[in-house]
Amino acid sequence: MTKYILRRLLLFIPALIGVTILTSSLIYLSPGDPARLMLGPQARTEAIVQLREEMGLDRPFYLRYLDWMGKVFRGNLGRSLQRNEGVADMIMARVPATLQLAFFALIIALLIAIPTGVFSALHPNSLFDNVARFFAVFWISMPSFWLGLVLLLLFSLRLDWLPISGQGGPIWTATGMLHIILPAFALGARRVAILTRLIRSRMMEILQEDYIRTARSKGLSERIVVYRHAFRNVLIPVVTVLGLQIPWLFSGSVIIEKVFAWPGMGRMLIDAVFKRDYPVVQGSILVFGILVMLINLAVDLTYAYIDPRIKYD
Amino acid sequence: MISREKKRGSRLWTVVDIFTRSKLALVGLFIVTVLIVVAACAPWIAPHDPLKHNYMHLMEPPSPSFPLGTDNYGRGILSRIIYGAKYALLLGMAIVAIEGLIGVTLGLLAGYYGKTVEMVIMRITDVMLSIPAIVLALAVAGLLGGGLINVIIAVGVVGWRGYTRLVRSEVLSIKEEFYVEAARASGASNTGIILRHVLPNISTSIIVYMSLSIPSAILWAAGLSFLGLGAQPPTPEWGAMLSNGRDFMRRAWWMTTFPGLAIMFTVLGFNFLGDGLRDALDPKMAGRSEG
Repeated sequence: MTKYILRRLLLFIPALIGVTILTSSLIYLSPGDPARLMLGPQARTEAIVQLREEMGLDRPFYLRYLDWMGKVFRGNLGRSLQRNEGVADMIMARVPATLQLAFFALIIALLIAIPTGVFSALHPNSLFDNVARFFAVFWISMPSFWLGLVLLLLFSLRLDWLPISGQGGPIWTATGMLHIILPAFALGARRVAILTRLIRSRMMEILQEDYIRTARSKGLSERIVVYRHAFRNVLIPVVTVLGLQIPWLFSGSVIIEKVFAWPGMGRMLIDAVFKRDYPVVQGSILVFGILVMLINLAVDLTYAYIDPRIKYD
Repeated sequence: MISREKKRGSRLWTVVDIFTRSKLALVGLFIVTVLIVVAACAPWIAPHDPLKHNYMHLMEPPSPSFPLGTDNYGRGILSRIIYGAKYALLLGMAIVAIEGLIGVTLGLLAGYYGKTVEMVIMRITDVMLSIPAIVLALAVAGLLGGGLINVIIAVGVVGWRGYTRLVRSEVLSIKEEFYVEAARASGASNTGIILRHVLPNISTSIIVYMSLSIPSAILWAAGLSFLGLGAQPPTPEWGAMLSNGRDFMRRAWWMTTFPGLAIMFTVLGFNFLGDGLRDALDPKMAGRSEG
């Protein structure tokens, strides 16, 4: 197990080098001069040239890249061009908010999808099942940022039940919880649709299996048959799909953070992109990459826990 | 010759038959057809000019003369949505074309040549898969500097990853087929074999995958425009309209509600259509989205 984890972590290195080369070349190839942008349109050419030298923008691509990589390995992601702050500190301050949002989106998605999917599978083609499937089609076609706006309009502006934007406070406080409901739901809605469909169809397949018939014929109560015997086996594909959804959750959270002024990495990245704050863009893409890889590893390890047949060594 | 024609005809007939038996596929076809007609006939069916400011009718709620209300410049939301259909369709198609071109080419190369070529291409694909798509698209679009063309490039160069995986695995199984061996033995060049024997045999899967990718391409393009990186004002693009309406949500709910509904129904239509095409053209993939 430890060997497996170590091997996976070693494989991160080439992947992360790939990510960094990609982002660095992207920045190198992009038009527009950050020095000119920082000093404004009235700046004199000498001043711009001087700032370019200070920022190292006049050096060849590979030197800039190697220099940056050298710093990255020492945990230094450079300084923001716009704010006088270290990029690593800026990211560290915002990672928790992004992770909280993604985590709560998943929790909300599971809380809705599991009972809906199981109930639909137990009563296929019932009114409930049809309504649930109808909604799933809509959830999947809805742009998450629009759903976010509609929720804001309804629950914050019209009904005044939930706060409009921001984080409010730490997540464990009541205000913090109230603030995360809408963004997390907007982000999770699409996942509800995907997971409900998956759970329903897998559950229906599994309920036909021989071991379920055996369990029933032993006289076990329906509840135990459904939850102990059938549902456990639905969990494996659910975890797979959750793993596949993680990068998409981060993708979605970028826009959702913007809609709800959520103080996470996505919003920081958008601002940095607009202001051509290259070190922040580079750093956030790198950290997003690391997060996705770590979570994928965690998902693979979870398999071994849910399915005793899987062993890593 | 005749029997071949007949065979082809019956294959087409089966596809049409399966497709038309699905009610949802027909609904999808209907929505997409309406969308194309609306996009093509926008100048004739839109009640107002989508760009002309009208200071007599600022942010009016829906009324008989402005069925979906007006925006902060007095422009009719309905007319802007009608003109916006063109952008949604063109963006969706252009993005899918670019990601398809890149992804299919790389997948063909990886699957056909194998060894180092395959390893390099699949490594790059893995790297790309580890970065959340919109993060990358955002960086590309932002650094290129916004605008419709740059959105197409940004989403296109990010979205090819799925195609590469699909095409590679299909090529791997086709490569060993007898007719490929025969073509090679008769002296056909690699390029010739790829273009004449491999590609035609996986084209169905590619078409299905492309049609299933259109909805997400439309959503991404709208998302980037919403963030201010795609269509620039005053272009009546739906994502950009949402972004504009967001600032006036308290006063004019119709500015955010209707463009979003337009996106939703478009995506819904393409989803249904794509599912229907998949079931009809590629029965072995059938029911995947259900599972």
